Amino acid sequence: MNDSTRRAVLASGAGVAVASAAATVAYAARPASAHGSVVGSGGSTDATTAATDAGTVPFRGARQAGITTPAQDRLHLVALDVVTDDPARLRDLLTRWTRAAERMTYGAEAAPGGVVGGGPWNVPEDTGEALDLAPGHLTVTIGYGPSLFDDRFGLADRRPEALRDLPAFMGDDLDPATSGGDIVIQACSDDPQVAVHAVRNLVRLGFGVVSVRWSQLGFGRTASTSRAQVTPRNMFGFKDGTANITAEDTAALDEHVWVAPVDVPGAAAWMAGGSYLVARRIRMHIEVWDRTPLMEQEQIFGRDKKVGAPLGDADEFDEPDFARLGTDGQPRIPATSHIQLAHPTRLGGVRILRRGYNFTDGTDGQGHLDAGLFFIAFMRDAHRQFVPMQRALARADVLNEYIEHTGSALFACPPGLGPEDDWGTQLFG
Amino acid sequence: MTARRSLPVAALIAVPAALALSACSATTSSSDAGSGTSGGAIAVAATDTTCEVARAEAPAGQVEFTVTNSGSKINEFYVYAEGDRIMGEVENITPGLTRTFHVELAEPGTYETACKPGMVGDGIRASFTVTGASAAPKTTDENLAAATTEYQRYVASQADAFLARTTEFVALVKAGKVDEAKALYPTARSYWERIEPVAESFGDLDPKIDGRAEVVDEGMEFTGYHRLERDLWESGLQPDSAAMADRLLADVTELVTKAKAVELNPLQLANGSKALLDEIATGKITGEEERYSHTDLWDFEANFEGSKAAIAALRPFLSSADPALVATIDERGKALGDLLETYRDGDGFVLYTDLTPDDVKKLTTALDGFSEPVATVAGVVAKG
Repeated sequence: MNDSTRRAVLASGAGVAVASAAATVAYAARPASAHGSVVGSGGSTDATTAATDAGTVPFRGARQAGITTPAQDRLHLVALDVVTDDPARLRDLLTRWTRAAERMTYGAEAAPGGVVGGGPWNVPEDTGEALDLAPGHLTVTIGYGPSLFDDRFGLADRRPEALRDLPAFMGDDLDPATSGGDIVIQACSDDPQVAVHAVRNLVRLGFGVVSVRWSQLGFGRTASTSRAQVTPRNMFGFKDGTANITAEDTAALDEHVWVAPVDVPGAAAWMAGGSYLVARRIRMHIEVWDRTPLMEQEQIFGRDKKVGAPLGDADEFDEPDFARLGTDGQPRIPATSHIQLAHPTRLGGVRILRRGYNFTDGTDGQGHLDAGLFFIAFMRDAHRQFVPMQRALARADVLNEYIEHTGSALFACPPGLGPEDDWGTQLFG
Repeated sequence: MTARRSLPVAALIAVPAALALSACSATTSSSDAGSGTSGGAIAVAATDTTCEVARAEAPAGQVEFTVTNSGSKINEFYVYAEGDRIMGEVENITPGLTRTFHVELAEPGTYETACKPGMVGDGIRASFTVTGASAAPKTTDENLAAATTEYQRYVASQADAFLARTTEFVALVKAGKVDEAKALYPTARSYWERIEPVAESFGDLDPKIDGRAEVVDEGMEFTGYHRLERDLWESGLQPDSAAMADRLLADVTELVTKAKAVELNPLQLANGSKALLDEIATGKITGEEERYSHTDLWDFEANFEGSKAAIAALRPFLSSADPALVATIDERGKALGDLLETYRDGDGFVLYTDLTPDDVKKLTTALDGFSEPVATVAGVVAKG
């Protein structure tokens, strides 16, 4: 066998398979494999239409999975910094990530035969802890931070105008070590081990090109992204995200979640059809909260704790009536309540798609749990949606006595991939 | 030394005879074997539930398969050797598609074919027999043979220097020259650190020479370099420091004799190169190794140099077997080396205690970047 074919085979760790000298034909749906030469003929089918197995979510499509996908139970999100200055290396990694991520969303190994197929002398290409596990609706969603579009990779002119750092908010206590990042990977699955496996294997592919900046595990979804899902509860015990935008509400998605072509003219057009991800690590002082009487808790949220109805109403999905007065002549739902401050009618119609998770990261070393809400939300323009909302909350929300924002990041998540696309080509053009 | 050390050592030593053979086989097998595909392509008809291989045997050499997916799921086709080692595979056979691929099955024996509808699970297996005589090339690779010779020379030179510097160090300790002994300590140790995986492979000598107080086995005395490190930096010279120094010299003398006689195979070079980087990751970058002197970056550099020396010995082989890998190793090695240089202070380095968490993170990141490609060298060597 000649050197070039040998190299390709060795790089893939596929024993002594031999590739013939024939030109490699691109896969119908994915980047060409390094394993042997392939000659395609006959029809091809979009990968997404073939992915009909239960427990899998199509990787490809007009939108990235993991945004309007019904929220899975578990999260592992990682923010990475690029440590090379070479755009070609970054682009290559994004292409390799696409292949591995797509494979894993099928429940397959990160590389063919990744666990033991390389034989005894090779380092396994897949770490193996998800080998016998169902994918649990695994989705892998990628996004890019404002810092990626500096002068390192020639991407400056491709930065969407809205991809700029969030301003400081009153009361923020941000740790730079758990904020920002060049790239984000959000892995969600119903099985935490599957989500961790996905992140771990992608991080591993990236050594020498990217370095982990921070990462966050989440264990209980705090929002419904589909009407088919029951509204979950946050660590304060309240239903959270009742008024969320759902996958079924396509008009609201177009207006509030998906970036429209008109938003990203010129070289930033790659972002059309994408969405901005805002991440906020919100520490909750749960020990203090747990000493708060029920009535006070309900007035802080503006909702009834058991069914989640706006105060004075009976059903969770009733529209709150902020004008209604209680027997004491005061508004039944306080003006400083969370539900009122964050309500679209108080914010000029602004809405967001929430997709956060609860977390407990051990203890704070002072006898309390380091617990809270890892807020994730997707939107069309964070500066027009999240920023005014958070300004209003930071200024007046009584909830602020019980929480503090300790991490913050903004990422541009591109649209989904077509049958022949990969993340490298999509970003670099 | 670290408590985790036993594993890399075992990996370094235990190499079956069969591998020594395969590690010496030639890199230049013939691509003309492809022209000898006997009996033509073997058709494979795959559906979501079946996998019909038209012929279940072929003569040794290159075998061609033509896989047609008439099911509704994306399919894959594999040829496995014993233990599910992949001999060849073809991915992403979408519904309706036909793909052709070639696999080199040079050794006669029993293999398995598998279709994997939906890309997951063990697949639909069938036995496949390769007949006739071995088609594997038998020529010896001179590059690999030369690699072991060159690396053994390197080990010998480092071992000699280790003995010479240890002799000086021991004399200084016994003369009570604390400052001079402290100055020599990290330099003398660097020769050990460069050849650590080899030096570690001789039973008790490793903990005797390089054991830390909490790592030596129960009932074993705390001796060697780290015991004297504690005396020099922490507790002051003790009544038995001179006796400890004598024991160190005796142990190092024995070690050097053994190290110079050791015979290595190419796979051991590759594994040793990786083991040295693992040493950095688990012992040096954490500041565990030199807890009194804080001269961990001297060890870091020495481990790194030793790792590069093993790769350098393999370089003529790797350059033809996998030039892309060599380019990556060079690039990442330069990045790590350049970064390490920024911590140089005079003839040595800044102390570990002067590093900020951000410094440690940068070093870890560069080390990860270098270690990943180095870890794949053994696989390339094993294939010869």
